Amino acid sequence: MKRVGLPLWIVSALLYAFLYAPIVVVIVFSFNAARYGGPWQGFTTKWYGVLLDSPEKLLAAKNTFILAFTSTMIATILGTLLGYGLSRYDFPGKKLFSWLMYIPVVIPDIVMAVAMLMFYALVRDSLGLFPLGMMTMVLSHVTFQIPFVAIVVRSRMVGMDPAIEEAAHDLGATSLQTFWYVTLPLLLPAVVAGAMLAFTLSLDDFVVSFFTTGPGATTLPILIYSSVKRGITPDINALSTLIVLVSVVGTIVATLLQRPRRTQGER
Amino acid sequence: MKKAQPTRAIRYGELLTRGGQRLRSAMTSGWGIAWVTLFLLVPLLGIAWISFMTRGTYGEIQWPATFANYQRLLGFGVLGFDSQYPTIILRSLVLGGGATLVCLIAALPLSFFIAGQPEGRKQIALTLVVIPFWTNLLIRTYAWQILLGQDSVLARLAVGLGLAEVGRPLYPSAFAVYIGMLCAYLPFLVLPLYTAVEKLDWSIAEAAADLGANRVQVFRHAILPQLLPGMVAGILLVFIPAIGQFVIPDLLGGAKTVMLGNAIQQQFGPSRDWPFGSAIAFVGMAVVMLGLWINTRVTAAKGEEGML
Repeated sequence: MKRVGLPLWIVSALLYAFLYAPIVVVIVFSFNAARYGGPWQGFTTKWYGVLLDSPEKLLAAKNTFILAFTSTMIATILGTLLGYGLSRYDFPGKKLFSWLMYIPVVIPDIVMAVAMLMFYALVRDSLGLFPLGMMTMVLSHVTFQIPFVAIVVRSRMVGMDPAIEEAAHDLGATSLQTFWYVTLPLLLPAVVAGAMLAFTLSLDDFVVSFFTTGPGATTLPILIYSSVKRGITPDINALSTLIVLVSVVGTIVATLLQRPRRTQGER
Repeated sequence: MKKAQPTRAIRYGELLTRGGQRLRSAMTSGWGIAWVTLFLLVPLLGIAWISFMTRGTYGEIQWPATFANYQRLLGFGVLGFDSQYPTIILRSLVLGGGATLVCLIAALPLSFFIAGQPEGRKQIALTLVVIPFWTNLLIRTYAWQILLGQDSVLARLAVGLGLAEVGRPLYPSAFAVYIGMLCAYLPFLVLPLYTAVEKLDWSIAEAAADLGANRVQVFRHAILPQLLPGMVAGILLVFIPAIGQFVIPDLLGGAKTVMLGNAIQQQFGPSRDWPFGSAIAFVGMAVVMLGLWINTRVTAAKGEEGML
């Protein structure tokens, strides 16, 4: 039906190049010996050494991973239950709530961030809860992660054969046993994929963290932002290269985990 | 048009009453719904409420309730018409719309390219579009500072082609913001558009061609209408986050590219005028909801499942 002609090849190649140019330039410049960026002055790995010597950056890396792990754990449990519950049971107002679940997915992140910031500030002023810091960041991240996990789990639920669970019940398993020994193992690829998605979202998040963080709880994206505001340095490029590496490998693993069991009709 | 629900139903091998279903919903979905309600829905309603409050001398939130924040957004200044905020709203719509258009123009050939690949390569071509999307937006954005900087290859190329003045960096500028937006949001448009291209019924295009339509006419009348639902979904996926963008105009633009997101940050950060910041955020949210509503209408009219 359709052949890919030469002009289309050229345009597409340029667009691919365009998409990868920023990633490539960051990686290349992380090995550039020039101190203040600028033209190429020879290959070096010393910026990676500088990185390891900086307690500020190591702390930010630690914070980022603690934040991502904690929030992903909570969001995966809540999101899986949510995705399962929404596709299995009816309750009044289900349609409204299913729709509300998409708010974190579609809302501009800055609106979400300032709404949360203000909520924490007001609750702190009146109840003394929620001092800004790691805790508030975890709460916020879980909030935007839950729907993504739920969406992935729910789409897997839709493609699942109900006969398997029916068989478990017919053979005398209780609801809890069925969920634990039958449904959950079947859902596992989706749960893992959802968790990885949530983890990447947390690692990548800048805006929500930026507004809901407090003293001493800097994450890598916040650190990169404030450094870039002062001027790009080679060690920031080195840091970014490592982050890019982690997210690309993570994405590929997540994709591979999700793919083999997927059938054609599924989304 | 509600169907009468039976009081008891067999759900996946279990006989459940309506109450039983509700209990199970509470035990499963309940936690997540409660969490999102408390930490997002309540705060969003809080924003709506605070946008009608007044800023105190030290940035605190005070009564009386007022429309002043919205009046200020619409340009009612102390000394008559003040164009600052109407300009920002307008600019967000123009920059967001422009970025969407640029993405659409780029996504069209790319979608046809991917769909035209042999079966084995299709998945690879698609994954290659998605991978950059999974790397941190902040990093991809600041990288354009390097790519568009004064001594960069691109800047020299632009000078060589007579597109830019010597020694003048390509950023900060509206151009750089468009580049950043295209880089950030192209995958958002390619994915739904590619799906639409995959589903294209080419026999309609062939029929149009047989009936004497030229290539432009074939595209306009036989192909474009089929792509429309995918296009609308993609356009919203780009336009909605684009108008709320804060990082891209912040790092690649200047004072002339301040958008809604930057104005919100200004009010919640340095200016510490939370009621006014809330009003801007609320307007941003309203635009998003409007967009989603349009999407629901379009997909409902088409009788298809929504993009979500």
